[in-house]
Amino acid sequence: MINIKKNKTKSAKPEVISRTAGSWVYSRIVKDHFFRPRNLLLQDPAAGQYNAQGIIGSPACGDVMRIWLKVDPATDRIKEFRWRTFGCASAIAATSMLSVMVTERGGLKVDKALAIRPQDITKRLGGLPDRKIHCSVLGDKALRAALNDWFKQTGQYQRVIVEGTAIIDPDTKVTEADIEEAVIEGARTLNDLQKKTKVGIGNPACLPKAEELLRFYNEKYFGGGN
Amino acid sequence: MRTLTKYYFDYAATAPLDPRVWRAMLPFFRHQFGNSASLYQLGHRARRALDGARQKILEQLGGPGAEFIFTGSATEADNLAILGAARTLKSAGNRIIISAVEHKGILAAAAVLTVEGFEIVTIGVNKNGLINLPQLAVALNEKTILVSITLADSETGTIQPLRKIAALIKKFRRARRQAYPYLHTDATQAAAYLNIDAKHLPVDLLTLSAHKLGGPKGSGGLLVRGRLKLTPLIYGGGQQNNLRSGTENLPAIVGLAAALELAGQDREREFRRVKKLRDYLEKMILKNIPKVILNGHPVKRLPNFLNVSILDIEGEAMLLRLDDKNISVGTGSACNSQTLEPSYIIEALGRPYEYIHGSLRFTLGRGTTRTAVNYVLKHLPPIVRDLRQMSPLRLKLTDRKKLISLPQAFVGGKTPHFTRRKK
Repeated sequence: MINIKKNKTKSAKPEVISRTAGSWVYSRIVKDHFFRPRNLLLQDPAAGQYNAQGIIGSPACGDVMRIWLKVDPATDRIKEFRWRTFGCASAIAATSMLSVMVTERGGLKVDKALAIRPQDITKRLGGLPDRKIHCSVLGDKALRAALNDWFKQTGQYQRVIVEGTAIIDPDTKVTEADIEEAVIEGARTLNDLQKKTKVGIGNPACLPKAEELLRFYNEKYFGGGN
Repeated sequence: MRTLTKYYFDYAATAPLDPRVWRAMLPFFRHQFGNSASLYQLGHRARRALDGARQKILEQLGGPGAEFIFTGSATEADNLAILGAARTLKSAGNRIIISAVEHKGILAAAAVLTVEGFEIVTIGVNKNGLINLPQLAVALNEKTILVSITLADSETGTIQPLRKIAALIKKFRRARRQAYPYLHTDATQAAAYLNIDAKHLPVDLLTLSAHKLGGPKGSGGLLVRGRLKLTPLIYGGGQQNNLRSGTENLPAIVGLAAALELAGQDREREFRRVKKLRDYLEKMILKNIPKVILNGHPVKRLPNFLNVSILDIEGEAMLLRLDDKNISVGTGSACNSQTLEPSYIIEALGRPYEYIHGSLRFTLGRGTTRTAVNYVLKHLPPIVRDLRQMSPLRLKLTDRKKLISLPQAFVGGKTPHFTRRKK
């Protein structure tokens, strides 16, 4: 009898995620966040309502996450995290869960929030099928993008986090990807580029490289016609 | 469970077994269990049932000298048609022509043949889903041994002009005084609603599936008209004229014959009934939900198919929200597939990925009622509203042309994962 009881408590493990295990394709927590998303941005925000923004993903790939943050400069805590997500149920649930993780208990300190890894989100969701893990990866990337926006806006360039692309300006942490994006958004001259990225503002040594990339990406996206 | 079957809108995936088919199959699971190869009475009865089922099918589809090979699925029948014909005819030529909207059973078999030295030519489709006929005419050459064009694709249900294609091929054969190229069609989706007899559909090879007709799963077949001798895929005891060895699955075979017979009886009535419901569903969705576009041909389409792209939101999310209301539908979104690739069929129509991710496929059938359609029309609009409120996208219908090449979608060289893998 005792053994049976023991076995019973042992088998009360967290929900196992598989198509055969339950009546729904994802965990109960994913379902809950998918049907009742937390911290969703309902109305388009007024100017200055939030002090940082980040967007990641592409509609062509099937996932886009956009987040709005309110960071308290005095305490360095994230007081508000609002979001909108285009994507599947797990992408929606992952953003919702991340918003909860960042804002619970008075809001995380910025550095603590940056330390959130995709697997932390997945774990809090009660697991995701392997092929859906990238949804939670996007969540932490979107948060990083928004916090980088916050760092740049408040002049804390040393805190900007860069990954997977070359840094062109070590002072402002402007990357090759930033320059590419600025060109796509319409930067044609060095002046345009500096307005958008602040590249080389305090460090003119990087300007030749920045100009080279400006020409390269203009040629890549808009070349051929002239 | 009852409510789940009530609002089932995925008949293109599968259909419930018709009770009349079930009753026809039942004896062959039980006391009539004999092997058709056995000489005693029990075997003889099995043989008679097998021949009877084949006869019934040939009467409906045949034409003189036709034969029918029972297979374990329509996929197997597609494989047998493509691989079997190509391997028989390899001394005559090496070109095989297929369309971009074929079932994977054709595409994957064709991919195998490229390794064996065959040349596969894929014909594209127009925006409305119809095959590019001039492109097909140009692709036909003296090396062409086989053409395989689906009668209606499994995503949009667009009906291909098979009679025109057959006429084109016949003319080509006559001019060159040769028996090939042979024409194959996969009629899996179409068989419930279109006439597929020799008079209406003059093709050489035709694939059928039982479970889309209210028959059992694991049962399909290939009709072969004319004298083409296929090379088998399965070798063994020589059953089915040596074309498909293995003890015949008699309940499944009897089920296919019964399902096809019922389909033949009900075809015209069901066509009209289902079309009315589908047209109503289509009209009301397009009317009540903004930014929705139809995928596939507006008119030349199976009467039970409705495939739409609902902009700014993603198909899997819609599917799961609808499932919460016990409505079952399909989607071409990448998130829904095991491979995380969006539907290649909707892509072949030239739709940008943004649209494919938001596609929903409603397919109706025998069990679909007016009540079920009204139920969908009640629940779909609030789900779309809700998910759109959650989405950061505000695509415009006018963006249609530029979307796919829009560089913003691929910032930092981040092309979609599915295009990266293809290369």
